[in-house]
Amino acid sequence: MKRLFPIFAFITAALLSFALYEALIGAPTEQTMGDVQRIFYYHVSSAWTAFILFFINFVASIQYLVRKNDSSDRITNWIVIALGVITCIAAYVVHLPQGIEKSSIASTGISVIALYFLVRKLFSPDNVDALAVTTAEVGVVFCTVVLITGPLWARPVWGIWWAVGDVRLTSTLVLWLIYVSYLLLRKFSNSGQTPKIAAALAIFGALDVPLVYFSIWFFRTQHPQPVIGDGGEIDPRMLHVLLLNWLAFSCFAVMICWARYRLEILKREVEETLALESLLEEPRSIR
Amino acid sequence: MSLLSGLLGNIAAATLSKDVRLEWRSKDAINSMLFFALLVVVIFSFSFDPNAEESRRIAGGLIWVGFLFAAVVALNQTWARELRNQVLDAYRVSPAPANSLFLAKALGNFIFVCVLEALMAPLFILFYNLRALGPGWQLIPIALLGTWAIVVNGTFFAALSIRTRSREIMLPLLLFPISIPALLAMVEATTDVLSGEYSARFWIALLMAYDVVFTIASLFLFETVLHAE
Repeated sequence: MKRLFPIFAFITAALLSFALYEALIGAPTEQTMGDVQRIFYYHVSSAWTAFILFFINFVASIQYLVRKNDSSDRITNWIVIALGVITCIAAYVVHLPQGIEKSSIASTGISVIALYFLVRKLFSPDNVDALAVTTAEVGVVFCTVVLITGPLWARPVWGIWWAVGDVRLTSTLVLWLIYVSYLLLRKFSNSGQTPKIAAALAIFGALDVPLVYFSIWFFRTQHPQPVIGDGGEIDPRMLHVLLLNWLAFSCFAVMICWARYRLEILKREVEETLALESLLEEPRSIR
Repeated sequence: MSLLSGLLGNIAAATLSKDVRLEWRSKDAINSMLFFALLVVVIFSFSFDPNAEESRRIAGGLIWVGFLFAAVVALNQTWARELRNQVLDAYRVSPAPANSLFLAKALGNFIFVCVLEALMAPLFILFYNLRALGPGWQLIPIALLGTWAIVVNGTFFAALSIRTRSREIMLPLLLFPISIPALLAMVEATTDVLSGEYSARFWIALLMAYDVVFTIASLFLFETVLHAE
């Protein structure tokens, strides 16, 4: 695994530079917005990456709590499978509003199951908390990029930096706030209890997100409708560049997470060793 | 008392009555909350100096922000009291179910904050010359649901934050981001009722959904948090 990291880092660097070239020079210029639109490739790819990282954090938090206990682990596995299957069936049975494709809902359901079991396979119950820290930290970084690039684009195009009450803007901001408070909780809590209470907060945060979304959705929304999928139209060349950028950003995120995860595991090993040593040395010092 | 134990179970009823009795005798939480909320009302009225039309528009926000800040005062004391003499540790080793403790604490806080609101609401009406143009009775379910939304999450997060350094400051940092949808719903519902322009029904439904989701989540996770070691 260790030898793979530099190779992966090299591939990521190559991908990022190619994606940068494509975004700045390769992609066609947008008709009305001009070159400002090119920030879209960074904004959207960071947003998708951040959301995926936060979702992995949610999955890891659940797994940290349920995998301590065999029966709750089994029950949760079945609940996840059932939820995914129900989503797939519901996508084809329930009448969906215009602009949402049945297949995209169904594939979301399947990828949720896949992601859950992938995390379960790759990370042991003790290490899954390290994954939660890692994804939360890296997710906050990507989410910050989204919140900075958004206003940079909005100022010339909308004429305002920030639209209060817009559903995607405000939901993303609240998501960011929740995860910053998550990181603060981790920083301030006493070490032994951190994982459990942090996992509880992560689950609360994840439950909050749909409520935030619906509450703000009730206001009129100003953000451009998603251009991917049925609703909008996008030049196929632009879509190509966007997906390339997303791939590059995801690789970059995986790379940072990888390094951060290894650091976290090493940190824990050092702490454990130190604690063990102090236990062993104590009788001698008393004598 | 027997009716209370029938409804909640003995342990929850005993904890609740103990908390209410303690509060009745010391009046620590309610006094500090009342004074805090009063300060908020006075300072806001100085800093905005609104006329009747404007105050109808902003009063919903002012009231709920004031109550949210004041509720944090009571919520911070919820568990701190049990840390003295290791009461919480005793509870942890006892076979009593964790959820009855949580329910009792949440209900206790609910009662305190409701008393605060009942006492402060007339003052708000006086200071801002409020008169509801919409159906005024809807303010009561809004207040009850909104208070429960603040209190159920607040009690849970107070239990999280007693495990941190600088716990007094940690509670609002955890509570405020998560309560944004509830606060938005309370403020918008109150403004809709006061201004009478729109129906507050959507917001009341949202508050109900919020309450149900987070009450269930708290009951599911409280035991883990109480026993986190």
